[in-house]
Amino acid sequence: MTTNSPSEKRLEELRERAWKDGVVPGKGVDVVGGPIPKKPGYYGQPVVKPPVWTWEIPLYFFFGGMAGMSAVIASGAIGLHHVDLARASMWLAAIGGAVLSPILLIMDLGRPHLFLNMLRVFKHRSAMSMGAWILSAFGACVVPGLVALELHAHHFFPGALDQLLRIAAGIFILGSAIFGTLLATYTGVLIGATAIPAWFLHRTLLPIHFGTAGLGSAAGLLELLGHRIPALNVLGVYAAVVETALLIWLSVDKHGVADRAIHEHGTGWLIRVGEVLTGPLALVLRFFSFIPFAAISFLIGALVSRVGWIEVGKVSGSDPESVFAAENY
Amino acid sequence: MIGEGIQSTNQRKHSYVQDHVEVGFFTDPSVCIGCKACEVACKEWNHVPDDGFIWSGNSYDNTGHLGASTWRHVMFLEQDRPKGNQVAGPMSLDQDPFRWVFLSDVCKHCEEAGCLEACPTGSIVRTEVGSVLVQNDVCNGCGYCVVSCPFGVIDRRPEPLHDTGGAFKCTFCYDRQKSGLVPACAKVCPTESIVFGRLDDLRARGAQRVQELQQSGYSDAQLYDPTETSVRGIHAFFLILGEPEAYGLPPKPEIPTIYLKSAWTSAFATAIASIIAAVVAFAFFS
Repeated sequence: MTTNSPSEKRLEELRERAWKDGVVPGKGVDVVGGPIPKKPGYYGQPVVKPPVWTWEIPLYFFFGGMAGMSAVIASGAIGLHHVDLARASMWLAAIGGAVLSPILLIMDLGRPHLFLNMLRVFKHRSAMSMGAWILSAFGACVVPGLVALELHAHHFFPGALDQLLRIAAGIFILGSAIFGTLLATYTGVLIGATAIPAWFLHRTLLPIHFGTAGLGSAAGLLELLGHRIPALNVLGVYAAVVETALLIWLSVDKHGVADRAIHEHGTGWLIRVGEVLTGPLALVLRFFSFIPFAAISFLIGALVSRVGWIEVGKVSGSDPESVFAAENY
Repeated sequence: MIGEGIQSTNQRKHSYVQDHVEVGFFTDPSVCIGCKACEVACKEWNHVPDDGFIWSGNSYDNTGHLGASTWRHVMFLEQDRPKGNQVAGPMSLDQDPFRWVFLSDVCKHCEEAGCLEACPTGSIVRTEVGSVLVQNDVCNGCGYCVVSCPFGVIDRRPEPLHDTGGAFKCTFCYDRQKSGLVPACAKVCPTESIVFGRLDDLRARGAQRVQELQQSGYSDAQLYDPTETSVRGIHAFFLILGEPEAYGLPPKPEIPTIYLKSAWTSAFATAIASIIAAVVAFAFFS
């Protein structure tokens, strides 16, 4: 005889479930074996390995993207003789790309003392190798570019030598801009060309997102540093429009179980918050001329979204069902 | 002697490295007894550190999966299907079909290897016998191979184990092979569930074994060797009973380099668009 009390009903329910499924999952109880294991794949074990990267990598994506696109702004500024803006953006490019980025990358290595082995070979089929070379080339352009620009701006040398410095600065800044666009976008290729389902399914979107987030971050940071000129606002609007479009793209281009890490759980929220801050919110704030707020919104969004994409990779890589489902795309 | 079958190549000396002959592993669960001698031999010979003793509760498997400190992994599958023409005995409950399948998993040594392509230091190389080898002294532990392996084999060894920071996986006992010795796991396998030998011989032997098993009632026996995908086949291939998913094996593994073209196209387009945006912004809004 059983009573009709809710607690007894719960026990009845458990018994029925145990009879039917042969296993009863419950909070705090991980029923691994059971008569026949019911978890997907091999006991729910990951099929591919999730990334081992820690906090340094999303931070590198953020600073590297910002630095790379700062160099693009610098070349635009120097072309139109905005020397102060060019100097500020070259400083950002140098600090972000030639100081912070290498430090963060070396810190993340399992064996930091062997970092020079990155330049042991040149492999165009490895996005990591290309990235190491792009970052090196960027550093090799941005540092002399900044030095030449500063010497020229302060008329350190007289006459012909100063003119020579001006030309050198122009060439190195142009070089920085070219490698800078690659520095800001290759990171999307880096994680897009992997075995992690949520990453490779969005390999076309990722470089656009990372590159544009870099451009918007550079423009926003320069605005916060006091360079409130229409050209930077236009770049900020451009970046926010693209990010808004990507937000729509991401919500339409869904792959069900295969990329559920982007849409579900905490990682889904990180991606959404990042996209809203860089996209619609930044756009609306710029529309109402709250430029510093738009810049702050974009910068926070760009950082949150980078953290989000790495976390998505960890969740997606640990999820065997996503790997199996991704094979249908 | 135990482990010395008629077709055995496991106990013979060889000169495959010197002769540049492609070699492989053929792993057959239908004769595996789940003894884990391969796991033990691998750890002992290669000085692979222990990475903790956790009771998983997953059948008799407390190893879990392949990783930086696990280069052979014996899987224990419990399935509600009959094994071949097995007849359920009088003691079995309602004659419910049940089978226990053991399979020793290992690095697949892909024809097109994701880890090898991804490695930015050139630490991962292809050897004379066609296996994929990590040169431990070159690896700086960037971790890119980890996300580039479609089988989740290679991993970075975390603290506080010995020799940490680098990426590790099965070496195919390259050191032993150079001296004409058979890899440790194959050498100790008492039933020749793991067979080491020339790749072409093994492929023929695998196909023959599938035929034999199917004739003996194992209707779901098949070879797992994804030659139709961009991986273009694996040098350590398996006979499996049932679907690959149950073994945590991807049915259609792809090498991630096939995604490079679309990703780089997108990156270059974004780079050009950003330059155009900057030119337009400064030219028309200054």
